[in-house]
Amino acid sequence: MRHFFRRKSSCQIAKDRLKILLISDRVNCSPEMMELIKTDIAKVISKYMKIDSDNMEIQINTKGSKGRGKMPSLYASIPIVDVSAQDVAK
Amino acid sequence: MENQFSQERKNSEVIVVTSGKGGVGKTTTTANVGTGLAKLGKKVCLIDTDIGLRNLDVVMGLENRIVYNLVDVVEGNCRVKQALIRDKRHPGLYLMPSAQTRDKSAVSPGQMVKVIEHLKEQFDYIVLDCPAGIEQGFQNAIAGADRALVVTTPEVSAIRDADRIIGLLEANGFKQMELIINRLRMDMVRRGDMMSAQDVVDILAIPLIGVIPDDENVVVATNQGEPLVGSSSPAGQAYANVVLRVQGKEVPYLNFDRGISFWTRVTGIFHKA
Repeated sequence: MRHFFRRKSSCQIAKDRLKILLISDRVNCSPEMMELIKTDIAKVISKYMKIDSDNMEIQINTKGSKGRGKMPSLYASIPIVDVSAQDVAK
Repeated sequence: MENQFSQERKNSEVIVVTSGKGGVGKTTTTANVGTGLAKLGKKVCLIDTDIGLRNLDVVMGLENRIVYNLVDVVEGNCRVKQALIRDKRHPGLYLMPSAQTRDKSAVSPGQMVKVIEHLKEQFDYIVLDCPAGIEQGFQNAIAGADRALVVTTPEVSAIRDADRIIGLLEANGFKQMELIINRLRMDMVRRGDMMSAQDVVDILAIPLIGVIPDDENVVVATNQGEPLVGSSSPAGQAYANVVLRVQGKEVPYLNFDRGISFWTRVTGIFHKA
């Protein structure tokens, strides 16, 4: 049986890749633009709290919706290092 | 002959076969759907819109009979009727070949619409073979069409391009778009190494109109220049089902994920029909 059960089938890999690929194709958002959005978000958030911008991730997703023309949304996962580290009033 | 041509036909349908990616089976699908419709007694005109890289004539086995082509019609070198090649094997089946020595800019979308409007008076179905890509050739092919068959294979690259094409068709006001999944290999689907028809439909989210199994008979048919629609081969039967669905007939959907029952049921349908 080896790692038969543990390995993802190539069909599943294809579906997962397409899911991400088509969302960015459909919203017409280039990887470069995603990178710019990411650095801008990081800049804004770090005004208020200390974040780990290296491990931050953003993604456009259509979670929970099926079919064409559904509203995509932007998901950001930003690890916070210290909430109170920065002086908000500054 | 002359009578047939002057007869006005009101509800003719213009179908474009498109895919985005090249080599997924647009031309084969055009040839088989068109031939299948003609076999059922419809008057069908196939138009090859791939200017500079014509192929439909070869797949149809009509390459030796070309005198005039689409560009000649558009430029007024001949009348529409003179460019139509009659397929002697199937009454009612005609081909308008493309030009081999010109490029896509030789025809404009407006000119295509004019040619199609003219042909609509004489044919029940006009089936357009669209070139690969999304440039002017694509714009020409979809200009006069009101229905699209989007061909894809169960591969990431082809599905991505199909999704792009569907988006462009939507933007151009297409209401009726249907999906043909070509070259499906049931053995690979069962192994988990190929997306199933249902997987592809879930991703592209347009109605399915046909699933064509990967079948070496398609190559043989192309070698011979005779579309295999309606033959006993798996692809021939699958295309025959597509033809029925194109005409709005309900052909029950088969369980594509079960290899054995799949073909049993396909043949079952044909015995009934």
